[in-house]
Amino acid sequence: MTIFIPTPLRQFAAGKDALEVNAATVAGALDELTKTYPDLRKHLFSGERKLRAFVNVYLNDEDVRYLPEKEATAVKEGDTLSIIPSIAGGC
Amino acid sequence: MATASIPVELPELTRDELARYSRHLILPEVGEEGQRKLKAARVLCVGTGGLGSPLALYLAAAGVGTLGLVDFDVVDASNLQRQIIHSTADIGRKKLDSAAEKLTALNPALNVVKHETMLSSANAFEILKDYDVIADGTDNFPTRYLVNDACVLLGKPNAYGSIFRFEGQASVFATEEGPCYRCLYPEPPPPGLVPSCAEGGVLGILPGLVGVIQATEVIKLILGKGTPLIGRLLLVDSLNMRFRELKLRKNPECPVCGEHPTVTKLIDYQQFCGIAPATHEESSVKNGIPQITVTELKRRIDSGEDFLLLDVREPFEYQIANLGGKLIPQNDVPKRLDEIDRERPVVVHCKAGGRSQKIAEFLKQQGYNDVVNVAGGITAWSDQVDPKVPKY
Repeated sequence: MTIFIPTPLRQFAAGKDALEVNAATVAGALDELTKTYPDLRKHLFSGERKLRAFVNVYLNDEDVRYLPEKEATAVKEGDTLSIIPSIAGGC
Repeated sequence: MATASIPVELPELTRDELARYSRHLILPEVGEEGQRKLKAARVLCVGTGGLGSPLALYLAAAGVGTLGLVDFDVVDASNLQRQIIHSTADIGRKKLDSAAEKLTALNPALNVVKHETMLSSANAFEILKDYDVIADGTDNFPTRYLVNDACVLLGKPNAYGSIFRFEGQASVFATEEGPCYRCLYPEPPPPGLVPSCAEGGVLGILPGLVGVIQATEVIKLILGKGTPLIGRLLLVDSLNMRFRELKLRKNPECPVCGEHPTVTKLIDYQQFCGIAPATHEESSVKNGIPQITVTELKRRIDSGEDFLLLDVREPFEYQIANLGGKLIPQNDVPKRLDEIDRERPVVVHCKAGGRSQKIAEFLKQQGYNDVVNVAGGITAWSDQVDPKVPKY
C-alpha cells in the first residue's frame, strides 16, 4: 500500500512524498513508515504512541478515527493511507 | 440543502445588471432569481491576501451585493507574486484601500465594507453578525479557530481554504448539518511546527486555485444549488496536479458544534494555540531564550564582541541575503554540533526569528549556556538596520 506524506512532514522523511509499505493493518503501516523515517515518529505520535490531535490519518477517503476498528483496520494492496496535518496559510 | 440565509424580499435587477450578468441569467441554475440572491447577499472575506484576492475579485464580478473585507496590513513587494488584487503602484498602501479600489473599478455597484482591524474575540461577533457567508482566508491558526467558533456560534457557513507551499485544503464548515474546523482538527499544532507562508514559501498560483474554490462554494451557498463541500475536505496538490477528497464527519464530541459543547463563547485563541501574549517582559525572554533586537545585534557586531553568529536558514536563502553568519541549516544542526563552540556565546538568526528560536532552544537543551535569538531575523535587519540587505 501507499502512504502519502504531506509537505510539512517531508523534511522528516528524506523529502519523500510517498512510501510503499507492506503491512496488515493501519497501525502496522504507520510502524513501517516510522521505522523507515524515525524522525517522523515524534511528529505523528505523542508519548503513548497515540496519534497527535492535529494529525489526521485517512485510509482511502475515510478518517481512521471513525473506522470501527480504528488503527487495527486491515489494509490491502492498492489502499492508500494519507496523513493530513493542519495547515493555516492564506497569505 | 445548506443555503445562506438570504432575505425573502430580493432586490430587482437594473437594466445594466441584466446586461452585465447575462451569462449567469441564461444558466438555469442561476437565472434571474439566483442573480437577485447574489445581489442581496453579504459576504465577509477575512483577509485580502493570497486567498482573499481572487476570492473577492470573483465575488465582485459575480454580482455579490455587499463584500466585507477584514485586513490591517499594507501591501509589500513580496505580496505581489500571488496577491493579484494589489498592483506594484500599491506598495505601501493599506490593503483595504487597494482592494476596495480594484473591486469597485470592476463592479461599481458593489458595496464594499472595510473593517480595518485584526479579527479578535472582542470584535468577531460584531463584525460577522451582518454577513450571510464568511470566507476564511487568514494565515494563522488562532484566527482560523476564532473564525470557526464565531461561525458555529452565530450559525453562519464558513467557506474555508488554506495553503502551504504547493498544497491546499478547502471545505465548507459550520453549516447546521455539517462538521466544523474543530471536528477536523480538535487542536492546533504546536507553534513553529508548521511554518507560515513567509517562512515556508508558497507557489504564487496556489492561493488562486484555492481562493477560487472558496468563491465557488460561497456562490453555491448563496444560490442554494449544487453540492457544497460540506463534510468533504478537498486536497489540492499543485505540484502533481492531483485533487483528492476526504470524508469529514461531524464529531459528536466536538467542543464547539458537538452534542455537549464546552466552548459556548469566544475564547483566548492565542493561548489556545500555545502562543504566549507578547508583553514586553515575555518578549525579551521566550521559552528561556533571551531575544535580542537587530539593533542590539548591530551594536554587538560594531563593538567587536566575541560571539558566533549562527544562520540556520537554507543555503539558497543565504545566497539571496546574509549577515556573514556561519550557515548551518536547521535540520543539519543536530549532526554538526561539533562545529559550534560551546565556550563562545551563540547568536542564532534565520529569516524571521521562528526557526532560530527552535534551534536556540535545542542548543540550550544540548548544554549551550549562552544562546540568544535574533527577533525578527534578517527581515528585521533589512527593515531597521540596512535596507541594502534584500528582503525575500
